[in-house]
Amino acid sequence: MTRFSAWSVFCNGLTGQKGWDRQWRDPEPKSGYEVVIVGGGIHGLATACYLARNHGITNIAVLEKGWIGGGNAGRNTTIVRSNYFRPGNREFYEHSLNLWENLSHELNYNVMFSQRSHVSLLHSPAAIDRAARGYNIMRLTGSDGELWSLDALKKNVPHLNYGEDARFPIFGAAVQRRAGTARHDAVAWGYARAADQAGVDIIQNCEVLGVTRDGGEIRSLETSRGTISGRKFGFAVAGNTSRLWQMAGLGALPIETHKLQAFVTEPLKPLLDQVVVFGVGGTHFYMSQSDKGGLVFGGDLDWYKSYAQRGSLPIVQDVAECAVSMMPCLGRIRLVRHWSGAVDMSMDGSFFMCKTPLDNLYLNGGWNYGGFKASPASGWYFADLIANNRPHETIANHDLKRFERGYHIDERGAGPDPKLHG
Amino acid sequence: MIRIPCPFCGERDHSEFTYGGDGSITYPPLGASAKQWHDAVFQRRNIRGLQTETWHHVFGCRAWLRVERDTRTHEIKSVRAAHPGGQRALDKTP
Ligand SMILES: Cc1cc2nc3c(=O)[nH]c(=O)nc-3n(C[C@H](O)[C@H](O)[C@H](O)COP(=O)(O)OP(=O)(O)OC[C@H]3O[C@@H](n4cnc5c(N)ncnc54)[C@H](O)[C@@H]3O)c2cc1C
Ligand SMILES: [Zn+2]
Repeated sequence: MTRFSAWSVFCNGLTGQKGWDRQWRDPEPKSGYEVVIVGGGIHGLATACYLARNHGITNIAVLEKGWIGGGNAGRNTTIVRSNYFRPGNREFYEHSLNLWENLSHELNYNVMFSQRSHVSLLHSPAAIDRAARGYNIMRLTGSDGELWSLDALKKNVPHLNYGEDARFPIFGAAVQRRAGTARHDAVAWGYARAADQAGVDIIQNCEVLGVTRDGGEIRSLETSRGTISGRKFGFAVAGNTSRLWQMAGLGALPIETHKLQAFVTEPLKPLLDQVVVFGVGGTHFYMSQSDKGGLVFGGDLDWYKSYAQRGSLPIVQDVAECAVSMMPCLGRIRLVRHWSGAVDMSMDGSFFMCKTPLDNLYLNGGWNYGGFKASPASGWYFADLIANNRPHETIANHDLKRFERGYHIDERGAGPDPKLHG
Repeated sequence: MIRIPCPFCGERDHSEFTYGGDGSITYPPLGASAKQWHDAVFQRRNIRGLQTETWHHVFGCRAWLRVERDTRTHEIKSVRAAHPGGQRALDKTP
C-alpha cells in the first residue's frame, strides 16, 4: 500500500497519476472471525481500526450491507465539536476532539479536519448566561470555550443579519474555536484503509439478515453472503439498531429511528469561515461552507418516525427560511441537492455503548444528530469495550439500563421524547 | 409530503399535524411497578414497516388521531379518531 506523502503526490503528478493502487482489499468473507462488526459506517470502521491498533486483535470482519460510508457517514453535515456539558458526554467528546486533532497523521489520510470555530448565536440575555455556564463547565473539563460580544461577532462573521428588525436580534455568540468540520467520506475511507492494512476484512454488499443464537450468546450471523460466525459481535448500524436488536431476539430499545436532512447550495466564493448555528426555542439551523464552495445547511428532524432516507418539503422550507433570515445575502442562492439519513434518536439524546443481555454482543448506537464528531472516540471506546468485556469508566453510564436508574444524560433537558433531542 | 385523511376535516398536508408517537403503547395504572412504567415510557419497538401511531390535528380540528402508517414508505393505511367516543360518533354519522 502506498504511503501518502508530499513526495508520492509529486511523483504521481509526473507519471500521470497512474501509480495509485486500491486503498483496501475486497475479500471474500471467511466462515468465522474473532470479532464481527455489523455496520460499515465510520463507527464500525474506526472500531475495527482501534481493535487492531490498541488491542492487537486483527481477525475481524466489518459487514456492510451497501458500500462503506453510504449511510449516515456520508450524509452528515460534518460538524465536529465537544461542547457537551453532562458528565460522561463532555469527557467522551473532548477525547474525540483530541483524536480528531491528530487524525490525518495517525491514519496517513487527509481527513481535511478544519478547526474553523463553531459559533452558536445567542439571542437573549438568558441565552448568554446559559452559554456562560456551559462554557465554564467545558473549561473545567479541560476543553475550550469563549463568549463573543456583538462587536467581536460582527468583526469575525460580517454577513449575518445584525439589523434591529431581525426576527430574533443577535446579542452575541458562544464559540468553540477548536471545533470545525471534516471531510466525512475521507474519514470513512481513512479508517477503512488503516483497518484493512492491519488485516481487517471489510465486506461490502453483505447484509445481515438473521442472527443465530446459542442460548445467551450469538453463534453466527446469516448474511446475504453466507453464514459468518464469530467469538464476539458488535452492532454499529445507526438508524437500523432496532432491526438488528430484534433479529437477535432482544425486543424493544430506548431508540426511535427518525430522518434528518442536509442541504447544499450552488458553489460560492469564500463567504463564511466558521460553522454558524442558530437555535431559538425548538428550532435549530446550522451552516458552513464546504471546500468546494457550497453552503452546507442542516436543520431539524422531520418530526415523525421514518426509515425512508428521503426528506419532506416542510423542512426544506423551514431551513431555507432560517438561512435567509440569518444571512439575508443568501436570498437568491439555489439549493442544488438535499438528502436525508436514518438517525437513531435515543430517549435522552445521548448514545449507548455497552454490554447487552447476550454475553458476546456489544452495542454501539443511539447517536442522534451527533455521531460524526463522536466517530474517533466511538471506535476507541467500543474497541476497548469489546476487547476487555467491560465499559471504560468514561462510558460507564452510557448503558441501556440508565433509565431504570433514573440516570438521564439529557443535554437539552427535553425529556423522554426522541424527536426533541438535537 | 405526507397527506393525512383526517376523518373530521378531510385530506390535509402533514404540516397541519404534530406527530404524537407510537400509538401501540398503553400506559399502566398509576400504581403499577417502576419496571412497567419504565417500559411504557422508554422502550420502543421502533417498527420498520406498518406501525400504529398518533397524530394531533393542531391546525385543524385539534382531534388526536390514530394512524396506521408504513415507516419505510410513509403510506397511510387507516386513520381513526384516537378517542373511542369520537370514533363512535364517526361510525354513527351516515
Ligand atoms: C443529515 C445528517 C446530518 C448529520 N450531521 C451531523 C453533524 O454535523 N455532526 C455530527 O457529529 N453528526 C452528524 N450526524 C450524525 C452522524 O452522521 C451519525 O451519528 C453517524 O454517522 C453514525 O455512525 P456511522 O457513521 O457508523 O453510521 P452509518 O454510516 O449510518 O453506518 C451504519 C451502517 O450500517 C449498515 N447496516 C445497517 N443495517 C445493516 C445490516 N442489516 N447488515 C449490514 N449492514 C447494515 C448501513 O448500511 C450503514 O452503512 C448527521 C446525520 C445526518 C443523517
Ligand atoms: Zn382534523
